[in-house]
Amino acid sequence: MFSFESFLDLPLIWYALISTAVFLYILLDGFDLGVGILFPFAPSDRCRDRMMNSVAPFWDGNETWLVLGGGGLFAAFPLAYAILMSAFYIPIILMLLGLIFRGVAFEFRFKATGRSQRIWDFSFHLGSLTATFMQGIVLGTFVHGIAVEGRSFAGGPLDWLTPFSLMTGAALVSGYALLGATWTIMKTEGQTQAWARKSARYVMLFVALFMGLVSLTMPLMNADIKNLWFSLPNFYFLQPMPILSVLFFILLWRDLRGEEREYRPFLLTLGIFLMNYIGIGVSTWPWLVPFKITFREAAAVPASQSMMLLGTAFLLPIILAYTGYCFWVFRGKASHEHDAAY
Amino acid sequence: MASHLDPVFLARLQFAFTVAYHITFPAFTIGLASWLAVVEWRWLKTGNPLYAQIYRMWVKIFAVAFGMGVVTGVVLSYQFGTNWSVFSDKVGNIIGPLLGYEVLTAFFLEASFLGIMLFGWNRVSKRMHFVATLIVAVGTLISAFWILSANSWMQTPAGFREASGGMLLPTDWMQVIFNPSFPYRFIHMVTGAYLTTAFVVGGIGGYYLWRGWHVRHARIMLGMAMIMAIFVSPMQLLFGDMHGLNTFEHQPVKVAAMEGIWETEQGAGLRLFAWPDQIGETNRFEIVIPKLSSLILTHDWNGEVKGLRSWARADRPPVAMVFWTFRIMVGLGMLMIVTGLVALVLYFRKELFTTRWFHLWCMAMTPAGFVAVVTGWLVTEVGRQPFVVFNVMRTSETVSPVAGEAVAASLTAFVVTYGLLFTAAAYYILKIIGKGPDSDTMEDDAYGSHGVKKPPLVTDMAAQTGGKDV
Repeated sequence: MFSFESFLDLPLIWYALISTAVFLYILLDGFDLGVGILFPFAPSDRCRDRMMNSVAPFWDGNETWLVLGGGGLFAAFPLAYAILMSAFYIPIILMLLGLIFRGVAFEFRFKATGRSQRIWDFSFHLGSLTATFMQGIVLGTFVHGIAVEGRSFAGGPLDWLTPFSLMTGAALVSGYALLGATWTIMKTEGQTQAWARKSARYVMLFVALFMGLVSLTMPLMNADIKNLWFSLPNFYFLQPMPILSVLFFILLWRDLRGEEREYRPFLLTLGIFLMNYIGIGVSTWPWLVPFKITFREAAAVPASQSMMLLGTAFLLPIILAYTGYCFWVFRGKASHEHDAAY
Repeated sequence: MASHLDPVFLARLQFAFTVAYHITFPAFTIGLASWLAVVEWRWLKTGNPLYAQIYRMWVKIFAVAFGMGVVTGVVLSYQFGTNWSVFSDKVGNIIGPLLGYEVLTAFFLEASFLGIMLFGWNRVSKRMHFVATLIVAVGTLISAFWILSANSWMQTPAGFREASGGMLLPTDWMQVIFNPSFPYRFIHMVTGAYLTTAFVVGGIGGYYLWRGWHVRHARIMLGMAMIMAIFVSPMQLLFGDMHGLNTFEHQPVKVAAMEGIWETEQGAGLRLFAWPDQIGETNRFEIVIPKLSSLILTHDWNGEVKGLRSWARADRPPVAMVFWTFRIMVGLGMLMIVTGLVALVLYFRKELFTTRWFHLWCMAMTPAGFVAVVTGWLVTEVGRQPFVVFNVMRTSETVSPVAGEAVAASLTAFVVTYGLLFTAAAYYILKIIGKGPDSDTMEDDAYGSHGVKKPPLVTDMAAQTGGKDV
């Protein structure tokens, strides 16, 4: 049996890899879920067609990062996977149901006509909204902490339902909506783009509000997090994150008020997400089941982590390469033509 | 008997329901992806536009089925954690990497190139489009490889040791992946998927011929489907037999249930029909062909087949379910072979495309593959019970510490959702079939833009059509 244990810090590598997979998921599925959240507010059916076409070739690949995040957690940290999935039982099921309704809408919407197309418009919207809200709830519950006894979840089925998790749910909805709006600015033009620009301005204010609220609540909720952020010298090291976030917001606001920037708003939104993500990562380090089990305690045996790493080291660059190729093939502005789709 | 809110019973029911529902889509798309690759290859090779039109009709059906497979598959990947968290904890070190490899080697590949397959017509060259189809087809096979490896390991575990707290840890990955039943299970499943597709394609081809619609396309569909039936369905009989012998060696209790044999027998008979009575430990109303079971399983008229009574009551699977689903699967396999033979005779009499009763028969056989796959899956999974990892870990010991009410509620939600989706998917697939390949307005010339260097952006399109921007 091979093992890289003697010369690699396997749990740390896997912690980093899974964090990256989850982050890529948030960015990639974030924009297509965001498109779904904004969908019914678009000014016309043609706009909706364009928005759908702009994400149709990608959504399946984007969602695969969620499967990799879940599958990777299962493979590399089975204990954390077992506890977290039991704790998130109801939000995860609701998220999956949301993803189902959203996913099939891609196939059915263009095959439907007239009134029945409305059904799939709503299926796409409500599915995206539900999935996003539940992911936000999962995030809030994760940060908040989970009841554990021995190697099992020890809480009740509704432990996830707290004011804080509802707030993080709403926060993620506005965050994904901003990703979706800036993506739409990038991938469309004319009326659709103008509308997306206007929507992004509204949504951005909500994102700023929620970020402020979450940043205030987290240290108040947990003394460890407060110590981490406000003790010296950490305070100085961690400053770039809030400072960069504010800078990105200012630039984004200027871009959204102007008419010429098409790509930068999306990139700035990615930057804001990255800062937030690192902030949450720092706050919950080194816990994988916050405040109960660290990533080292939850790690699979070295033989299993090594086996997965061997393949990942070869395959991940290949996956990134052909994912990039697919984004390149479908570069440019989306059309409203669905006959041209296939 | 389980109480109505027993989490173990409900979690099993939920898993059985969601897997059985999910499995029908991969069983179809594995075969369809390969078939589409062959159709597109024929088109590139012959330049015959009929192939392109067939491709474009079936790729739409493929997209619907694939989408359904994806959304129901994501559910499964999370269900290990939600409903079977103790299993995830204890067996995660072995099953986790296998499923992880499925994501890394297959899911990304399929999801990425499916985009090109569906939407890439005017953006990549013909050759690249064919490569995308081929990659998707190979992706589905790689996916089947890993998922069957994981499943086979749970049937015939190997290459592991048991550590403290009932944790199962890997000791040899080659033994884990290529466990004793894996090759048989993999071949049997992939062949089953190919046959499933063949009978769907053949059924639709038969329908068109029967109605006199799209006759030129229908001949190709029916012809290609029957080639599969003629050559592959007898091979499946052979593969199934090999798989059966492997099961007899590694899981004799499952074979005893499949055969409905309670008492150990020398020269065991083949029960064509019986009503297994789990509590009375016997069969009612059996019809037996003497000695045939022993001949099939041991290749000896007087070979010994162990009966169910050789195992403790608590270690036996639910016999009637295994016994009956096995007979349905085998029966359908036989009908497939017969269909192939009839097609062969009709072909040599030059009547394959004109014999109306045969086209009706092909229509009736359309769902045969799906039913055979689901019943076959039930044989192997129910036959493994009461164990989740055969002879190592009991199903009842691996369920999540979640409330029965939560499992019941989520089960209800899945049943309702899947019911709605199935209705919608069936409706749209029937609509595509109703439209048929001819109505595709894009003629072969339209593919000329395949070799474009630059993708036609919407600005060009708007300029061409003079359409106003929206």
